[in-house]
Amino acid sequence: MTKTVLKGAITSVAILAGAGMALAEGNLVINGDLELTTEAPAPSHIEGLTTVYSGWVFRDSFTQAMEMDDFDNPGMLFVDAGEDMWNEPAGTSGKACADCHGDASESMAGVRAVYPKWNEAAGEVRTLEMQINACRTENQGAEALKYGKGDIVSLEAYISMQSRGMPMNVAIDGPVADVWAQGKQMYYTRTGQLELSCASCHEENYGNLIRAETLSQGQTNGFPVYRIKDSVLTSAAGRFVGCVRDTKAETYKIDSSDFVALELYVASRGNGLSVEGVSVRN
Amino acid sequence: MKRIIPITVGVALVATLAVAAEVSPENVAFDEYGAVSESLTGVAGDAAAGLKAMETKSQGNCFACHQISAAADIPFHGSVGPSLDGVASRWDETQLRGIVAGVKNTFPDTVMPSFYKSSGFIRPGDGFTGKAGTEPLPTLLTAQQVEDIVAYLLTLTE
Ligand code: HEC
Ligand code: HEC
Repeated sequence: MTKTVLKGAITSVAILAGAGMALAEGNLVINGDLELTTEAPAPSHIEGLTTVYSGWVFRDSFTQAMEMDDFDNPGMLFVDAGEDMWNEPAGTSGKACADCHGDASESMAGVRAVYPKWNEAAGEVRTLEMQINACRTENQGAEALKYGKGDIVSLEAYISMQSRGMPMNVAIDGPVADVWAQGKQMYYTRTGQLELSCASCHEENYGNLIRAETLSQGQTNGFPVYRIKDSVLTSAAGRFVGCVRDTKAETYKIDSSDFVALELYVASRGNGLSVEGVSVRN
Repeated sequence: MKRIIPITVGVALVATLAVAAEVSPENVAFDEYGAVSESLTGVAGDAAAGLKAMETKSQGNCFACHQISAAADIPFHGSVGPSLDGVASRWDETQLRGIVAGVKNTFPDTVMPSFYKSSGFIRPGDGFTGKAGTEPLPTLLTAQQVEDIVAYLLTLTE
């Protein structure tokens, strides 16, 4: 890659992956004013890529357009539901998230960009879903929510929106180093009867077609993702379950420490890409 | 349980007899370049059945990754693998059999799956259920489907 173009995501993808496919031109600008970074130099800890791209770059122009206007983005309905949850007292404490954290636009700004993240008191790496459940069970006295889709992802979407446009910037060293290394190991492990790793599809073949679907780099900066195909908002862990299953493998449990490690590693592959708040994919 | 066991054994015996002529997945003889000279079944391949098995998602699903101009009526050809146009001019029958049955003997690091392999997987699953599977797994293609697909590929001379 010698080109340093701003609007060149499309051309560069075609050159890099040799796909020769027609992708829509243009950048991701939301509501006509917020421009998001969908192409960035790959972080130095990622050997297999020179440039990282948001999954948005690989979608058809119809799907891309849906994310460019909040009125057309079905994920925004979940953001509204998440806001209600933020303000709604829950559990034996009778407290809402807002009672402890106040105005989310201040207290939650930047949070999504640094998760998964080390929690010193708990001595563990936590995904945003885990942190939401920790607050519910430990602080609100409410029951834990199921990962992957549903209420927890709506709340995650509302929190994510407070970081929209900020660059992903998860830490990979210090106390998280071992977990990150485990995630990296998983990323390159060829699982299941089809013997495919995440890298087989998302590092070696992004930009190529697998049947009718264009493979992206499998980045997580866009999560939660509204998937048009099944009309649900999904978290990253929810997506991982499907991708591992598609290799004809035994998946990891959605709330397993394995997926925490994988989520941290995959998030770190997208450092530099914008948090999209709530994105649209087909 | 006690009554079921003898019946299962009986079924297994019949099945073994029926497929006795087939080369089992662990006994396929790949040469040092990955070619397999002997037919896996001794029954000549049927090219039309081969194309069907290539197209079927639960069997070969070859079009997920490959494009073939002669099969343009089948929708959505992938681009993860090379076009198979003219593949019979590049490889002979024994090499194609090796590529379809166990491609990693020809291209060690390829993303293409091994279609006649039943064990030695990491986290083998039970089909697409996401649950654990028990090895030996049923092979992705039967021995005869491998032969049928080789017969079809041999028609792709340009
Ligand atoms: C057999 C191919 C295949 C494998 C292997 C695979 N994926 Fe995917 N993945 C897909 C397809 C197809 C999509 C949907 C199109 C796209 O975004 O690439 C997808 C989408 C994703 C997305 C959503 C990206 C977005 O912008 O919405 C993420 C994240 C992802 N994959 C991560 C992974 C991880 C992590 C692994 C390994 C555990 C993995 N994938 C393994 C095929 C695969
Ligand atoms: C997940 C992707 C994938 C699937 C599914 C797949 N292949 Fe492939 N195939 C490849 C790739 C990639 C190559 C190139 C070899 C390499 O990796 O260097 C290849 C190579 C080949 C070749 C050699 C082509 C040449 O010109 O050298 C043949 C023949 C072939 N595949 C046949 C098949 C058949 C038949 C099926 C289905 C039964 C199939 N493939 C399924 C990815 C795939």
